[in-house]
Amino acid sequence: MQVLDATQGRDILEELVEVIVDNRQYLSDVDGAIGDGDHGINMAKGFRLCGESVAGQSLSLSKALGTLATTLMGSIGGSMGPLYGSLFMGMAKSVKDKNVLDAKDFGDMLADGREALEQISDAKVGDKCLLDTLVPAIERYRDAVEGGDDFPHALQALRNGAQDGRDSTLDLEAKIGRAARLGERSRGHLDAGAVSCCLLLTRLADSTERRLEKAAA
Amino acid sequence: MQRIINDPDNVVDDAIKGYLRASPSLFAATDHPRVLKYPSSASDKVGIVTGGGSGHEPAFLGYIGEGMCDAVAIGEIFSSPTADAFLEAFRSAPHGQGVACLYGNYAGDNMNVKMAKQMAEMEDIEVKTVIARDDVASAPAAERDKRRGVAGEVMMWKIGGAAAARGDSLDEVIRLAQKAVDACSSIGVGLSSCTIPANGKPNFSIEPGHMELGIGHHGEPGIEVAPLTSAEAIATAMCDPVLADQDFAGSEVAVLISGLGATPVMELNILYAHIAERLEAADIRVHRTDIGNYFTSLEMMGATLTLMKLDDELKPLLDAPARSLAITQC
Repeated sequence: MQVLDATQGRDILEELVEVIVDNRQYLSDVDGAIGDGDHGINMAKGFRLCGESVAGQSLSLSKALGTLATTLMGSIGGSMGPLYGSLFMGMAKSVKDKNVLDAKDFGDMLADGREALEQISDAKVGDKCLLDTLVPAIERYRDAVEGGDDFPHALQALRNGAQDGRDSTLDLEAKIGRAARLGERSRGHLDAGAVSCCLLLTRLADSTERRLEKAAA
Repeated sequence: MQRIINDPDNVVDDAIKGYLRASPSLFAATDHPRVLKYPSSASDKVGIVTGGGSGHEPAFLGYIGEGMCDAVAIGEIFSSPTADAFLEAFRSAPHGQGVACLYGNYAGDNMNVKMAKQMAEMEDIEVKTVIARDDVASAPAAERDKRRGVAGEVMMWKIGGAAAARGDSLDEVIRLAQKAVDACSSIGVGLSSCTIPANGKPNFSIEPGHMELGIGHHGEPGIEVAPLTSAEAIATAMCDPVLADQDFAGSEVAVLISGLGATPVMELNILYAHIAERLEAADIRVHRTDIGNYFTSLEMMGATLTLMKLDDELKPLLDAPARSLAITQC
């Protein structure tokens, strides 16, 4: 059975930092269409700070995700600090005592992150927010694992779910956050949180898959 | 971008340095780099805390002072302060009699205040909140809980601050601050966009020759884009939804006209002359008028109108002495 080594979390974290920092302008542009255009700036700032704070350290996946959570909550504020902070904190707690993650553990980690996020926010699927990416991605992943798919195939389901979820926000009317005040006029634009969530989940899946391949080789 | 800045990512911290140097009698640093406090707060009163994103200067720091707020949590431009910052603001304000956190209805602020409030409970600091929802353009009256807070927040701080200064209990401060903001109806009109320095380009666009009625303080698009017209017609367009929001006829009001950052104060007065005529015609008596840059949106052109319905309870609190950067009165 394929497992992810959960003792080496910094490398995975650095990949998440990279994808957000690289997409700083894109995320702000998406946000600028119906929000206030600061999503990329704030996310990049928080992730960059986190990357700097863990440089050179050896961290478990749990420690790495926990550091990301506290950095986001303590440094970026806005909506995304508490939302992503709760998500990553829930994930960190979920894998606290694990040296390796199998496909089911990985899915539990995502589900625990979702649960933590939902404790702080009333947001739901369909509100045009990052949950529109997160929830279908987790569900497709879980369906794949329960249907007997192996870890890499389940990760592909995660990516597909995330991308479809992200794209679903294009036609949604925002129910939460600043774009909610636009009502109908929020349609026709992607939600910035859904986009960043898709970037993160996709990179997490890519990174995990590469490590599985490496371990198998 | 024509800006007087250093690193665009550090504008907030760089600005805080300026505030501290310029007004040491109003601002003192705290254990958190994004929290400033009034150095001379009486220790036995209810603490007044607010906070929000930067870019709205003089809000929020400009409302720290005597008879006003005791501590302010400072966010990135147009972005809520962190929960840590709100918590430190609660600690930095007088808190033996409890803390009234008076802020505006935005998703990020709501979450961060909620988290900070929970953390404060662990430290036995009692925090109660009032959330300003005075922008009539952001949701209909029946969905007032969805409305965002705009310049009515200034009235909320003034009333809450004055109540705390005269020794009112936490529950009473909260009741009066809530009453103050409930008595406010506001609307904005934007004539141009604004640019977050770290973003480097305008946040949205308003075509030359147009204006956006109901625009938000962060450039949230308004309810209607229309050709730019005369000050007289703009006054009418702003007064209509505000006067329809509450029954102001026959009552006394306070009027607050705030520029959004780039509109000359001269033009705010041109606008007000027409608003005053309209109020007079509607049998509304103006108790006081404040015109200036009270709650801005970086360098956006435009203005907000806030009308506050007064009664014998609110009036003395509004007129009570205060000393802060934005409001000073004897």
